Amino acid sequence: MPNGVLILAEAEGGEIVTVTKELIGAAQRLGAGPVSAMLLGSGVEAAAGKITGAEKVYVVDDPALAQYTNDAYTQAAAAVAQKADPAIVLMGQTNIGRDLAPALAFKLGTAVAMDTIALEMKDGGLHTTRPAYGGNARAVNGFSTTPAIATVRPKSQDPVEGGSAGAVEKVAFDASGVRTKVTARTAATSEGVRLEDADVVIAGGRGLGGPEGFAKVEELAKLLNGAVGASRAVADLGWRPVSEQVGLTGKVVSPTLYVAVAISGASQHMAGCSGSKNIVAINKDADANIFKAARFGIVGDFATVLPALVEAIKKVKAEG
Amino acid sequence: MHIVVCVKQVPDWDIPPSSFKVDEGAKKVVPPAGVAPVVSQFDAIAVEAAMRIKDADASTKVTVMSLGPATARDAIKNGLAMGADEGALLTDDVFNNLDSLGTANVLAAAIKKLGDVDLVLTGRQAVDWDLGVTGTYIAEIIGAPVVTFAKSVTVSGGNVTVERVLPDAVETVESPLPAVVTVSNELGEPRYPKLQQIMAATKKPMNTWAAADVGLDAGALAPKLTLEALYVPVVDTKVELMEGDTPEEQAMALARRLKEAKLI
Ligand SMILES: Cc1cc2nc3c(=O)[nH]c(=O)nc-3n(C[C@H](O)[C@H](O)[C@H](O)COP(=O)(O)OP(=O)(O)OC[C@H]3O[C@@H](n4cnc5c(N)ncnc54)[C@H](O)[C@@H]3O)c2cc1C
Ligand SMILES: Nc1ncnc2c1ncn2[C@@H]1O[C@H](COP(=O)(O)O)[C@@H](O)[C@H]1O
Repeated sequence: MPNGVLILAEAEGGEIVTVTKELIGAAQRLGAGPVSAMLLGSGVEAAAGKITGAEKVYVVDDPALAQYTNDAYTQAAAAVAQKADPAIVLMGQTNIGRDLAPALAFKLGTAVAMDTIALEMKDGGLHTTRPAYGGNARAVNGFSTTPAIATVRPKSQDPVEGGSAGAVEKVAFDASGVRTKVTARTAATSEGVRLEDADVVIAGGRGLGGPEGFAKVEELAKLLNGAVGASRAVADLGWRPVSEQVGLTGKVVSPTLYVAVAISGASQHMAGCSGSKNIVAINKDADANIFKAARFGIVGDFATVLPALVEAIKKVKAEG
Repeated sequence: MHIVVCVKQVPDWDIPPSSFKVDEGAKKVVPPAGVAPVVSQFDAIAVEAAMRIKDADASTKVTVMSLGPATARDAIKNGLAMGADEGALLTDDVFNNLDSLGTANVLAAAIKKLGDVDLVLTGRQAVDWDLGVTGTYIAEIIGAPVVTFAKSVTVSGGNVTVERVLPDAVETVESPLPAVVTVSNELGEPRYPKLQQIMAATKKPMNTWAAADVGLDAGALAPKLTLEALYVPVVDTKVELMEGDTPEEQAMALARRLKEAKLI
């Protein structure tokens, strides 16, 4: 009998990433049986000991998993799933999860609900809610096969607090069927605060008119110790790197303060920032969609508003 | 070299959110009157990826394939006008309400029917359901590797090389053919067909296949992921707009509100 919830844990630089803690929190709250985790990679055994809140941690530690490939990770994840026999598998909607989940679903003869934001047990089965149509709609899905697999949007679930480390069990896998290989990798380097972790994000859109329009955005970000974000229009135009893109096909951020400058607020953009606690919109079009999601707004031209805002904030801060 | 590009016809996504309507009973989106369906954004880019390969090697054959209602023919014609050679429309009443795996099963069966396919290109995700799973399912069904989120796709010597865009990195991934590659917007804009090409497209061969033509029946296509509800979420935030005769006054009002709210 399939039982319990298996989550895919991810480690970066030896540390367990935040979304893994969110998955364990979500899995515990489902109350669908014991929670276990799987950690796949090369040299990840030490990180496995840092996973808390899961009774068992399955580890596949193999040089063939040093770089993510769909081929190798699907085989490793399937090996663990077959051993653990879970009723539910959860992954983050991350670089790895969004690529791995459908392949694993196929291997296990089941289906996956991608990018879910709410999970619920009803009538003994998992039901998920996910944004669809670029965030304009919500779709509720159920599963007619086990295990039910879902990827979970980062920041949509509260992380697990505390808990003890689980018992580590090593699982072997056979890498001989791996066909693809990563021959090069260039990581984007960003200075300052990491966009996904930033408590303040100042994001700019196409209305800034060009890369030079970001000068004041950067200044404001620096002033508030925040990170710079961008709309896809801006990334597509090459004004800012893809690593700064916020949205459905970019990053998900949930800062305390999100300032959207000259961004129209398309649903696909909001998919990446609607979890922000406070959205401030600066846009010359009073009907722009961004004002529907914002708490505070200024209708005006960024070219005059932004420099004025930088000065005003400096002044207000100086008042103490 | 034979490339199949899978294109989906979807409701136009470029409409104001206020015109977005759902029929909750039917669990379907109701497109606003007079707005024609379009080719899913990333799928036109996948056709562009195929055309760039054909630009480099004119002997490449490109087949554009779509599963959908009879109107999906227009999505295929768009690909033919961009320069693809043939079309394949998969249409049948039993294809209504498939889940992604069902869709992939039909597309994979049609790809197998074509027989000599080296490379399958899809969009990174369809802009209706935003799932991003169909390409991977097709790969699993035909037993080929998959590489997702391509910003460039080149083929040589029985291999495909993909530059894969991730939010924080670009990877170069190599795979033997046959393979499935899903294409992202970073590849660039799809080419814009000239009137002459649009005219020529109507004369290009287009197959229309039903379930039986690709050897499938309804039983093989029963959904594993069921849609239980579809609705438009309510957002009830109310924006507080900053008053002021000058940008300086508006900016100062905002700075003070941010301070009061302990946000700065
Ligand atoms: C499947 C799919 C996925 C997508 N994923 C993403 C994603 O991840 N992230 C994303 O951002 N988008 C995404 N998009 C694109 C999205 O639909 C929009 O096209 C995009 O967000 C628009 O960017 P923008 O707001 O910068 O530009 P525009 O829509 O062009 O808006 C520019 C805004 O600037 C304002 N403006 C102009 N001049 C000024 C001025 N002088 N002062 C003040 N305001 C001014 C205008 O009033 C307007 O509101 C996706 C689309 C699809 C179909
Ligand atoms: N009905 C369809 N007909 C043709 N291609 C499709 C269809 N559905 C999905 N695809 C392809 O699969 C990709 C991913 O779709 P999805 O998994 O639904 O997000 C799309 O970008 C298309 O290339």
